[in-house]
Amino acid sequence: MTAVTMTAGTPESGSQSEAGPRTLFDKLWDAHVVVERPSGDALIWIDRHFVHEGSFHAFAQVAGRDGVVAEPGLTFGIADHYVPTRGRDHIANPEIARMIDDLEANTARHEVTLFGLNDPRQGIVHVVGPEQGLTLPGLTMVCGDSHTSTHGAFGAYAFGIGASEVAHVLMTQTLWQKKPRRMRITIDGTPAPGVGAKDFILSIIARIGADGARGYAVEYAGEAVRALSMAGRMTMCNMSIEAGARCGLIAPDETTFRWIAGKPYAPKGAALEAAIAAWRHLPSDTGAVVDREITIDASQIAPIVTWGTSPEDALPIGASVPDPAALADDARAAAMRDALAYMGLRSGQKLSEIAVDRVFIGSCTNARIEDLRAAASVLAGRKARVPGLVSPGSSQVKRQAEEEGLDRIFIAAGLEWVESGCSMCVGMNGDSVPPGERCASTTNRNFRGRQGPGARTHLMSPAMVAAAAVTGHLTDVRSMLEGRS
Amino acid sequence: MKSLTQVKGPACPLGLAGVDTDQLIPARFMKRPRSEGYGGFLLHDLRRGEAGVEKPDFPLNRPVWRGAEIMVARRNFGSGSSREAAVYALADHGVRVVLAPTFGDIFASNAVKNGLLPAVLDEADIEDLLAALAATPDLPVSIDLAEQTVAWGNRAVTFAIDPVWREQLLNGWDDIDVTRSFAGEIARFRDADGARRPWARPSVKA
Repeated sequence: MTAVTMTAGTPESGSQSEAGPRTLFDKLWDAHVVVERPSGDALIWIDRHFVHEGSFHAFAQVAGRDGVVAEPGLTFGIADHYVPTRGRDHIANPEIARMIDDLEANTARHEVTLFGLNDPRQGIVHVVGPEQGLTLPGLTMVCGDSHTSTHGAFGAYAFGIGASEVAHVLMTQTLWQKKPRRMRITIDGTPAPGVGAKDFILSIIARIGADGARGYAVEYAGEAVRALSMAGRMTMCNMSIEAGARCGLIAPDETTFRWIAGKPYAPKGAALEAAIAAWRHLPSDTGAVVDREITIDASQIAPIVTWGTSPEDALPIGASVPDPAALADDARAAAMRDALAYMGLRSGQKLSEIAVDRVFIGSCTNARIEDLRAAASVLAGRKARVPGLVSPGSSQVKRQAEEEGLDRIFIAAGLEWVESGCSMCVGMNGDSVPPGERCASTTNRNFRGRQGPGARTHLMSPAMVAAAAVTGHLTDVRSMLEGRS
Repeated sequence: MKSLTQVKGPACPLGLAGVDTDQLIPARFMKRPRSEGYGGFLLHDLRRGEAGVEKPDFPLNRPVWRGAEIMVARRNFGSGSSREAAVYALADHGVRVVLAPTFGDIFASNAVKNGLLPAVLDEADIEDLLAALAATPDLPVSIDLAEQTVAWGNRAVTFAIDPVWREQLLNGWDDIDVTRSFAGEIARFRDADGARRPWARPSVKA
């Protein structure tokens, strides 16, 4: 199991930062405070705001106050949550059609740029923001979606908000925030082949719990994090919310700067050089103090899968379904029995013997081009034993994957290749897992009913989902990587 | 926003841990306008069996707790998705206070914006309260926000709440009105920031 050390910090020490060495988070916070109240909360300026079809509640609040959007130039609309992944020419569900129409009308009325249903830039907001160069180091970014934490991978302070806060940002471009405490999770060492960002973050959540980072801004550091691609970094920051964190963060470095260069909305030429010079000051200062510190050895992490109905219910693929009888706490034992009953599993069953009914590769967690390549490298020349859906993270990722021939690998394996959207991650756009069926999924939440009423979800990396597709059961992908890149 | 000072009455012991917002309201119900009311969607799939029929033994379906304004839950209530619809479902069902040892961060913030109190109680106190409600289902529970106390039977314990949220709930203050009183500060920040961080605005030519 993972070697972990923890240091508990003082719970109330999150507020002092101006004096002395500062963390990345302190610097982000300090640069955005408009006013501070004696009570300790601050009004902070928001640099980027993304809205989607679900933001209609917030636009209704704005309309109810005869409000206007304060900064249309900092606000971007994206159709992702409800968009169908097939048959986009005619949307059969009138409620979904209305939501997409509402987003068009609301963004048009307030002169907000929209990446709509048929825009070549359309995709999942947390994939599109970075690929359009809207996500940059040093920014504050919000969206009415909890996985906004994704953008922290660039060294931005990015977090999800509810509809009332969306309305607040639309009307004022600011938000009241209490400064979170700071946690640093350092992952040193080199992971085994076949082990990556999804395994890192699932093992962290399993260790600290689904509320283990509640009230914290979590910075991921260490050589294993530095070695990750931007896609891997986004996967880690994306799932920070599944540990309850306010946000996830990774200090910007050369990997970040290289990634940003040339993106449509990013600074260019001399402006980019000046921006990079400023961004180089963002990483935490030597000696900066955090409130809680965790260290993990990457070489000890195995591919991880979830077995229950919370992302904290995660174990290495070599393990077995846990036994509630082994728990001392009655309430927790009862909760585990409920979870196992919902999941249709029995204690002691080997995780690698759990048969799946279908697979899903998609979502803001794991549908970037790197994720699709990882899955395709396992599937190439092989057949899936179960049906499955592949929904790329954006329309741009879809085009790139098709240029690389990845779509043909998925289709040849027997999987369905569809348009981009939140798709089967959230079960509200037409793609869902039928009741009682078991799905190996690259998504972020194995909550009851998340992928559809009665759906049973096992979270894992794209390579692990591909392995499950080929064997028809949860499988250690490392046994299938021989001779493959 | 309606202010909240004291609530007294039956408390529904949900007793579950990690009630995420997907449980509070499944995503498929969030397409409706709020004006239609979200109360009927509260805990929809946990409350109902396969044919959509209410499970009589689920706490919220028991007559004694059906109209409860107070809900008692275990750790990590409201985790997951940022959907404010989870709060709409609770509020429209008539729930005004949720007692739990920990709350999802975004959920708690959404709750306060809608006049719903997320009161943080020690785990041991939650267990005691759940046990008391198991023994006496119609036990009245009193919550006093100004005093930050929860009382039942002969017990009275204090709960935690962010002081700003407490003031907001007590007074029914609206964030947007408060923020608008800082319009001058916001405009000055915006201008100074534009000079300090010219790269922070999207490049004009995409």
